Amino acid sequence: MLELRNVEKVVAGEHHVHPTNLALERGTLNVLLGPTLSGKTSLMRLMAGLDRPTGGSIHFDGKDVTGVRVQDRNVAMVYQQFINYPAMTVYENIASPMRIAGRDKAAIDREVRRAADLLKLTPYLDRTPLNLSGGQQQRTALARALVKNASLVLLDEPLANLDYKLREELRLELPKIFAESGTIFVYATTEPTEALLLGGNTATLSQGRITQFGRTIDVYRRPADLLTARTFADPPLNTIEVGKSEAGLVTRGGEVIALPPHLSAVPDGPLTIAFQPHHLSLRPPTDTATRLPVTTLVSEIGGSESFVHVDFLGNRWVMLEHGVHEIAPDREIEIFLDSRHVMAFGTDGRALSNAREDV
Amino acid sequence: MDKPWNNKAWFLVLPVLLLVAFSAIVPLMTVVNYSVQDTFGNNEFFWAGTDWFRDILHSGRFWDALGRNLIFSFVVLAIQIPLGIFIALNMPKHGIGVPVCLVLMALPLLIPWNVVGTIWQVFGRVDIGFLGHYLRVLGVDYNYTQDPVDAWATVIIMDVWHWTSLVVLLCYAGLVSIPDAYYQAAKIDGASRWSVFRYIQLPKMKRVLLIAVLLRFMDSFMIYTEPFVVTGGGPGNSTTFLSIDLVKMAVGQFDLGPAAAMSIIYFLIILLLSWVFYTVMTSHDTQR
Amino acid sequence: MARITLDHIRHAYGPKPSAEKDYALKEVHHQWEDGGAYALLGPSGCGKTTLLNIISGLLTPSEGRILFDGRDVTRLPTESRNIAQVFQFPVIYDTMTVYDNLAFPLRNRKVPEAEVDRRVRETLAMIDLVDWADRKARGLTADQKQKISLGRGLVRSDVNAILFDEPLTVIDPHMKWILRSQLKRLHQTFGHTMVYVTHDQTEALTFAEKVVVMYEGEIVQIGTPVELFEKPRHTFVGYFIGSPGMNLLPAELSGASATVGRQTIPLSSGPTVVPEARVELGIRPEYVRIGREGLPIQVTKVEDVGRQKIVRALFEGVPLAAIISEDQEIPADPRVVFEPHGINIYADSWRVEAGG
Repeated sequence: MLELRNVEKVVAGEHHVHPTNLALERGTLNVLLGPTLSGKTSLMRLMAGLDRPTGGSIHFDGKDVTGVRVQDRNVAMVYQQFINYPAMTVYENIASPMRIAGRDKAAIDREVRRAADLLKLTPYLDRTPLNLSGGQQQRTALARALVKNASLVLLDEPLANLDYKLREELRLELPKIFAESGTIFVYATTEPTEALLLGGNTATLSQGRITQFGRTIDVYRRPADLLTARTFADPPLNTIEVGKSEAGLVTRGGEVIALPPHLSAVPDGPLTIAFQPHHLSLRPPTDTATRLPVTTLVSEIGGSESFVHVDFLGNRWVMLEHGVHEIAPDREIEIFLDSRHVMAFGTDGRALSNAREDV
Repeated sequence: MDKPWNNKAWFLVLPVLLLVAFSAIVPLMTVVNYSVQDTFGNNEFFWAGTDWFRDILHSGRFWDALGRNLIFSFVVLAIQIPLGIFIALNMPKHGIGVPVCLVLMALPLLIPWNVVGTIWQVFGRVDIGFLGHYLRVLGVDYNYTQDPVDAWATVIIMDVWHWTSLVVLLCYAGLVSIPDAYYQAAKIDGASRWSVFRYIQLPKMKRVLLIAVLLRFMDSFMIYTEPFVVTGGGPGNSTTFLSIDLVKMAVGQFDLGPAAAMSIIYFLIILLLSWVFYTVMTSHDTQR
Repeated sequence: MARITLDHIRHAYGPKPSAEKDYALKEVHHQWEDGGAYALLGPSGCGKTTLLNIISGLLTPSEGRILFDGRDVTRLPTESRNIAQVFQFPVIYDTMTVYDNLAFPLRNRKVPEAEVDRRVRETLAMIDLVDWADRKARGLTADQKQKISLGRGLVRSDVNAILFDEPLTVIDPHMKWILRSQLKRLHQTFGHTMVYVTHDQTEALTFAEKVVVMYEGEIVQIGTPVELFEKPRHTFVGYFIGSPGMNLLPAELSGASATVGRQTIPLSSGPTVVPEARVELGIRPEYVRIGREGLPIQVTKVEDVGRQKIVRALFEGVPLAAIISEDQEIPADPRVVFEPHGINIYADSWRVEAGG
């Protein structure tokens, strides 16, 4: 188990990582999700031992490893750039960490072939990395990280430089590969969709702070605060400030959103509600859906569905509607909000309900 | 936090510390020791206090030499930096020309200082030197052993020949790191050749240029070997730089005390100027 | 603005192309409308960047001509083509202010300063950077820098086309949504001819009116997002567009029905194919309904991706993906129905017209 206890990193008076506590179990996949500069890479460098924390301690299986150098820890890393030894064949690339460890020839051969098989590299073992596609180069880097048999494997946006479709394929395979070893995997990404596809656990990061850590789908469905909900939303989360009263949720413009049952226990007063694009629609999904007048900004067609960007009282929302809906910009239209799905957050940003699970 | 490895680390750096102590600190202290005493060479020393320093700072000879040094460094920088940039801009970026140019550029840098001096000493001689002889034939009254202006010109041209390559190579490294997209964008924006230089190439070369200026300044300020070989500081004292003067004083006249005081002053000047450059460079870094 | 004509263009990087495979870009012969928004979509190495470079003038095609509004520009250099381009990594003049960055292309063309000021202020408003005008461009975020790159194109009144080379690569997901929609709005408001190169199907579909799908140096289909989604001409289009891509099931045809393994799927009409052809039935995961009715499947995995679930299953031993809503449950004995309008038939990877 890898434990961070009050770990922090201050560089030139600036907190790159605020005091952080995190415990990662063996055999788990842990996603660090957050935008650029949210502290994902800083945190990984601390875990790897590439940087020394300015405060707190790091423990591996109970042992303090805070000052131990990266060479003396059993760590493997995969980066956004495809990093391989250009002069060696794929086979030698994969074998390299085991050669350094002094494993015997038969064991190396067995492991290399197993990893190559897992990552579909068997036909390319005799080639050098520069003769491979980007996807195959990154598979080679992944295979090398796997055979090292490291107790901690850190992947820093490993798919960011790959084509969209290749990303999709590798995303599908990675969880299977991860599941087969007892290693702790840490995977940094900026993309909420990627976190959801990978599953496992997710820690959402914002400005050097972990805002929430838990099972990926739980963090997605039950964000503890507005910041987490925003970080874990793609398209961006739709939000609006309302006042809760007897009548329901009242907007600044006087529209009343019917009070959904799961918010009945929330005390009256100002709050922020948030909901996903597919909870807005052009036709009422239920009798209780709330009708809202909005101004269209632009419509995007994505094949079988449309994203309609609208403005409601200065809030920029995205509506996801099935089918093709090309609506001209700057048009006044009415849309419907399925309030059964809304999440509510207090003025301090804390979650007031567990909306997403109540449906 | 306990960090046991830190103590071990001190043992590891101990050899280096000893080496630095013997190679730098001890000799430096010897010089300091000489600079405050008088000796007649028979291992008898008399306390002289700051007398030597006062003498040096009040001697016209020192200030003349310092002035020559500053003028020399200024002229050398004023020629080598623009020329280096110009050559770097015109070097090929792709193809077979790249290694050819790089080797040509690196050649002068690989020649030892005194050999450079000797080459130019012979090259410029009016009796047998190619340059000197043909300048005479062309009617130019050139003789570096007689005319101070000719001596200066020879020393400066020699330094330019020897060191412009360094500026070229540094600038070239800065230039090749500029992505093609920048040049394409500039074309699309209709930028002139000058605009491309002013707004794309120069900003990207700024960092290496600072390094080039620093290196060339320090090196030219410490110039010794080449002018010593070519002109020996003459004619008269016209090419006697601080370093040459220092050697004359210490080895020629065996005035160890004043020479020691002078080398400390010389050292402090270089230290001061390097610090100024360093500050400028780091403040530039924090801006970014 | 201009209409772009690609007249029998082919390109090979090698000196003497002889066989078809020597061409990095196989024959392209198309006309792109004035004011259109086009996306060039495909994986790396498909020729999309080659085609873009031919349009921008970085590359002269080995064969064929390129015309802007009927004028042959094949031999014209980039700077004479009056195009603008936004690159993968933001290109800005970082010693200049935002204002001067936008004024740069105009000042280079000796536009009077009063006119420069008017155009720059208009453009700043278009790209939402009015408050940043006097800031040095160096310290801006990646998305702001990309907007400046775009602004340097928008500021010119004479621009024939604006080209985009994977412009959102370095932008965070949230910002991608904002930039994408702003770009689309700009296009709808001002009607520039735009060509957008990407490997990301979402970007291509949401941005473009016409998507040009490329594969191994060839244009395999040009169509609206809906056409590409509903009726992919080639199995590659089916695979490349959609997430997950189209399911392809090896099938045999008999009259107005297709047989996959032991199961028979009725078709709306009986397509005819050449006897030896390899026949596949294509159906998008969006058109696979899971319930208690229909043909049996074995579910292997369910991926919960938030707003919907992706069901991975085996149908007659062939992998099949289906998309169901976030609330839908999978019954104990799951079965599938293929929505008839979502079925496409492919012979040797090319789509067979129904009834044809």
